[in-house]
Amino acid sequence: MSKVCSLSEAITRYIHDGDSVFCAGFTHLIPFAAGHEIIRQGRRNLTLARATPDLIYDQMVAAGCAKKLIFSYIGNPGVGSLRIIREELEAGRLEWEEYSHFGMISRLQAGAAGLPFMPMNQTAAPDLEKNNPNIRRVKDPYSGNEVTTIPALNPDVGIIHVQRADANGNAQVWGILGEQKEAAFASRHVIITAEEIVEEEVIRSDPNRTLIPGIIVNAVCHVPHCAHPSYTQGYYDRDNVFYLNWDKISEDRVTVNAWLDEWVYGLKDAGEYWEKLGAETHSRLAVKPRYAAPVNYGDY
Amino acid sequence: MSDSQYSASELMCINAARLLRDGDVVFVGVGLPNLACNLARRTHAPNLQLIYEAGVIGARPARLPLSIGDPTLVSGAVSVCGMFDIFSQYLQRGNIDVGFLGGAQIDRFGNINATVIGDYHHPKVRLPGSGGSQEIAGWANRCYIITPHQKRRFPEKVDFITSAGFLNGRKERLATGARGGGPLVVVTNLGMLEPDENGELILTALHPGCTVDQVLANTGWAIRVAPELRTTEPLLESELRLLREELDPDGIYLKGS
Repeated sequence: MSKVCSLSEAITRYIHDGDSVFCAGFTHLIPFAAGHEIIRQGRRNLTLARATPDLIYDQMVAAGCAKKLIFSYIGNPGVGSLRIIREELEAGRLEWEEYSHFGMISRLQAGAAGLPFMPMNQTAAPDLEKNNPNIRRVKDPYSGNEVTTIPALNPDVGIIHVQRADANGNAQVWGILGEQKEAAFASRHVIITAEEIVEEEVIRSDPNRTLIPGIIVNAVCHVPHCAHPSYTQGYYDRDNVFYLNWDKISEDRVTVNAWLDEWVYGLKDAGEYWEKLGAETHSRLAVKPRYAAPVNYGDY
Repeated sequence: MSDSQYSASELMCINAARLLRDGDVVFVGVGLPNLACNLARRTHAPNLQLIYEAGVIGARPARLPLSIGDPTLVSGAVSVCGMFDIFSQYLQRGNIDVGFLGGAQIDRFGNINATVIGDYHHPKVRLPGSGGSQEIAGWANRCYIITPHQKRRFPEKVDFITSAGFLNGRKERLATGARGGGPLVVVTNLGMLEPDENGELILTALHPGCTVDQVLANTGWAIRVAPELRTTEPLLESELRLLREELDPDGIYLKGS
């Protein structure tokens, strides 16, 4: 059964005020177009979870979508700080819950596996545990030593961008895998955004590359260039210039609001956004092909 | 070579590169650690294995990575895995020899703060937080810290321990059961600090032209000086040329101070 719908329909149907949302992607495949659509539809009081909130959550926080943030690194990767989020946290206007990267991915891994928590070894660093009551300890029943425990995270909605998916939501990913798989299995509802929607036969030609099976997917949206200014391996490069520009734009709420007006509220969808970026940006982000050697599955 | 002939970043980067041993498996971050590792691989450590926290194993970046998840890390790498695997099977399991760390504050016992200045719940300055550094500091066999030598960066005690050095002394870290050996060297633009038998950082080497007085004036506690204070080897033209012409030709990370 086809699950294909527009991104706008998927956001309307699955994301509600007050929901917890996980927009997946570790630097790679961050679904910016979905973040922009959530802003456009005016969702409020969301709990936004990501290891690295990145610009997508800085923009969503700036637009007033968020009540709370769950994270492990609030920097603008390679640039500096996420100014909006930092300002909101320092002013006490945004609730937060913080982990290390491994703590964050362990939350999803537990959620994805249907477990109540994940254990992790001691790191000797005491202060996050002192300040986050969700980080606890339990006695290992085998050795008697203490291990740290991290509770499962099961977001209401996971949004996962992929290179290609079929109409049923069988989704293939290559390049940095981040927490794409764990986020999908942990979430109650899963929205797949894909650079390409392909025939089921394409998926079946390379089953080992399928990270997310259609059986856990609710909606499949065809959204080329969804990840800009993040990137999609093999499709377009990361827009490092925009990451630097955001550092300037986000210095001031007036320029942030003007940017949101021009690039989010003023546009219909990701297609218009990509067109508006223009030919110079398109060619700057273009990437030459580098193919993998084919593998032989055997014709049994 | 006089001070004016290289930047502080180049000085730290080259001295950090020299700490790496051929065959080391290194957990690499962007910026100076990335440059140090790629320099070491191109000079004395051709068999260095670069592992990036985004889940890339055996990366051979063809251009300067500008983020921890740059696509150049993936193309031509040995393997790519998910975030859970890189932190559990590589770091927690003990498959990482060397980790690089930095932070806003480093204290007398090598503890690092990358989280907050002031009270955690009412932050004066909110910093990015741990990322992967809590686990790197806890579980890599050896850790190196690269940081400019400034008084505000070297308080006697950090406001928040994001990543463990030796806590209040080496015994205290050992008692936690964390598998890694803790910080081995802090590389600054003035010299090198290393932990003594109790885990307290002491000055063990100065870079050419730098003085003990400069170190004392830029450290937030009365730092002790090793009885046999060394001078680091001068930077080589060949090292500087690799950095400037091939690894960071636009000076994105190297132009600093």
